[in-house]
Amino acid sequence: MATTLADDLRPLHHPHSWVTRYVWSQDHKVIAIQYSCTAISIGLVALVLSALMRLQLGFPGSFPAIQPDNYLQFVSMHGMIMVVYLLTALLLGGFGNYLIPLMIGARDMVFPFVNMLSYWLYLLSVIVLVTGFFVPGGPTGAGWTLYPPQAISEGTPGHQWGIVTMLVSLAIFVVAFTMGGLNYVTTVLQARTKGMTLMRMPLSVWGIFTASVMGLLAFPALFVAAIMMLFDHLAGTSFFMPTMQSMGRITPTEGGSPLLFQHLFWFFGHPEVYIVALPAFGIVSDLISVHARRNIFGYRMMVWAIVIIGALSFVVWAHHMYVSGMNPYFGFFFATSTLVIAVPTAIKVYNWLLTLWRGDIHLRVPMLFAIAFIFTFIHGGLSGLFLGNVSVDVPLSDTFFVVAHFHMVMGVSPVLVIFGAIYHWYPKIFGRMWNETLGKLHFWITFLGVYAIFLPMHYLGILGVPRRYYALGETAFIPQSVHLANEWISIAALIVFAAQGLFFINMIWSLFRGPKADPNPWGAASLEWLTPDTPPAHGNWGAKLPVVYRWAYDYSVPGAPRDFIPQTEPRA
Amino acid sequence: MPIAIAIALLVFGSVAFHLFSPWWRTPLASNWSSIDSALDVTLWICAAAFVLLNLFLAWVLIRYRHRAGHRAHYEPENSSLEKRLTIWTAIAVAGLLAPGLVAWAKYVSVPQEAAIVEAVGQQWQWAFRYPGPDGVLGAAAVKYVTPDNVLGLDPLDPFGRDDLLVEAGDLHLPIGKPVKMVLRSKDVLHDFYVPEFRAKMDLVPGIVTYFWMTPTKTGTFDILCAELCGTGHHEMRGKVVVESPKAFANWQAQQVSFGQILADAPPAALSAMLVRASACSVPGQAIATAFPTANDIIRSAR
Repeated sequence: MATTLADDLRPLHHPHSWVTRYVWSQDHKVIAIQYSCTAISIGLVALVLSALMRLQLGFPGSFPAIQPDNYLQFVSMHGMIMVVYLLTALLLGGFGNYLIPLMIGARDMVFPFVNMLSYWLYLLSVIVLVTGFFVPGGPTGAGWTLYPPQAISEGTPGHQWGIVTMLVSLAIFVVAFTMGGLNYVTTVLQARTKGMTLMRMPLSVWGIFTASVMGLLAFPALFVAAIMMLFDHLAGTSFFMPTMQSMGRITPTEGGSPLLFQHLFWFFGHPEVYIVALPAFGIVSDLISVHARRNIFGYRMMVWAIVIIGALSFVVWAHHMYVSGMNPYFGFFFATSTLVIAVPTAIKVYNWLLTLWRGDIHLRVPMLFAIAFIFTFIHGGLSGLFLGNVSVDVPLSDTFFVVAHFHMVMGVSPVLVIFGAIYHWYPKIFGRMWNETLGKLHFWITFLGVYAIFLPMHYLGILGVPRRYYALGETAFIPQSVHLANEWISIAALIVFAAQGLFFINMIWSLFRGPKADPNPWGAASLEWLTPDTPPAHGNWGAKLPVVYRWAYDYSVPGAPRDFIPQTEPRA
Repeated sequence: MPIAIAIALLVFGSVAFHLFSPWWRTPLASNWSSIDSALDVTLWICAAAFVLLNLFLAWVLIRYRHRAGHRAHYEPENSSLEKRLTIWTAIAVAGLLAPGLVAWAKYVSVPQEAAIVEAVGQQWQWAFRYPGPDGVLGAAAVKYVTPDNVLGLDPLDPFGRDDLLVEAGDLHLPIGKPVKMVLRSKDVLHDFYVPEFRAKMDLVPGIVTYFWMTPTKTGTFDILCAELCGTGHHEMRGKVVVESPKAFANWQAQQVSFGQILADAPPAALSAMLVRASACSVPGQAIATAFPTANDIIRSAR
């Protein structure tokens, strides 16, 4: 571990003013909070868009301001913001930045300046994204998948300017992510403190590390797809554009392949699901272990499951394209590879359950969110088996079943983990405690509410109700009861929407008025709780780096005086 | 404690919702019962896992809740338990994958005797084409499209002359006869989706896609577009009428062939079509060489 010691001797970049401390900061903790606040702010925009969509679906015709064009723009922006600008940015830029150096015993990321640039480029990408709402024609309404030709053709809202801001923003985001991702990977590999072997790292770090490696391999596909579509749109190339009819005229484009875009998009898009899921898997493992006072069950299996899921997720992308018109024989391969992923994923679920089994379960707010995650993830994971199972996917694809599935598995589930994680680490990050009653209220409304939203959607999808429809109109196979279901779902969605106010009130109020927090309120064994200061000061560890003697999961060890042994405690 | 009860109630509630939900798949109207049964197998295996895992979760939350003096059990690994769980999971996954792949093998093998019918999508409507007596669809492409040749048939391809064009009406199919639906888009992506048939497939501009099925129930069904295609996506509707072979033959006899359209077209419209079909890029020359050919076409059509 010579690198660690050398790293410790290298002078840190010390801030000299308020501006370099909080604005142009190179401290990973400040950057993490900047990332998180930006991601949550833009996430709120996407949340409002979802409420507007639900108003239209639940009460069609009651809101004349919502026209088909607006509706498609809400759908598209909601999806892209939530997946990329909220979940990816918050889990990697936010939690990755905060937790990696603290959990592995480093003073900062190995490239603090690049880390700072990463945040500012991310902010730029968000600003460019938001300009889409103000350009002529509004933001793109091509769906979050941005499929050409429609994304850049007449008949799709935002096909002139909205799509340009979207693609430029995505390209900037990929650059920002690459800077961050290289940092996270290098820091984990190079800056671990003495004794912190890879197999002693908390699973949060394993999840974030693997997701970062995947991001570095997957995002370039999105980047080239965005650049190629920009060329098609602005320079008249035909990468994705065949000869087609547009507004009664034959286009001059020729020979391009819309399917090529879909392959590029999903070569990014499927790993992206796991780029979001793996950090959530890791974080929730730590939450469960700490609050159940029990070692994570089958740690080595958990690590390998993360790595195997990450690797396999690169060979399953075309399960999003079973009915895309690609060679149908691909279906055999992609269905098999997709269902193989179910095995390591199921192992993770078993090991979470087996960690709780024979534990000493403290049902605090972070734990409630972790348990709710297990429930929603089991649900969402199982519905994925329907869609991965190629022939079963044929009737279900492009219906509300798909909407219900991916919201359960990569919307609701990671968001529950994010809430749990914020409640869990808040006392360390801000040195204050939040309000328990408000936290529990927020939990119950959110957990029960999201299930009320998404369970019925599966059944509407099995019936055949298509997604991305502004209105269902008169359709023989859709009975009146479906409209009632849509009303019910919208009401539940609006309640959940409003309940998020409880979270923000709690967080902001506690920031100033919350009681001072104990440095290690949950009795956790991992390094981030052992900093000399709470919140951790610049450089994290005071004069000397911590030395690690054991894994992060020594809870309830027989014979030990307390029910946890910190990682820094030497072996007897 | 409340969370354990909530999870148990959600499990029972989900099962009850499944049993009493008024929403389930539409009555099957095609041969794809294998897709339905693959879905059923998947559902039963997944439902068993859902109920077992979550009830175990609820039980653990009650049984191992924090009590004063209680301490967790320290056991980092139990490799035999982990191995057994892995093997059982693999078996369950294989059990639902197998019927899915078997159904897919049928889905990708079009029967030799399948009739060919083309569906053409454009923003935001459907049109259809039948190959006529020769059983072969004539060549078609977007580049041939003119106001009088809406589906873009190659006017020089003799196989296209007897093709029957349904530009504004319903799709008609005879019951009990396998049909290969070939799909073509004139502009953006679309998707031919009839919930009662289970089958669906995207229409991709620039290539021809397909799927096959056998209608097994007479009646009229909605055709929806299931791939986002712009502002009017939700209004891109059509109807398919499944009827007896006799009724189908009667209906088909009333449809207009491309040859008739060519015969009835005024010379200016014909030359417009032929300009599109000609490889020559000088407009005047194209028309000059095209006219005699146009007369040939009119003669052959009559």
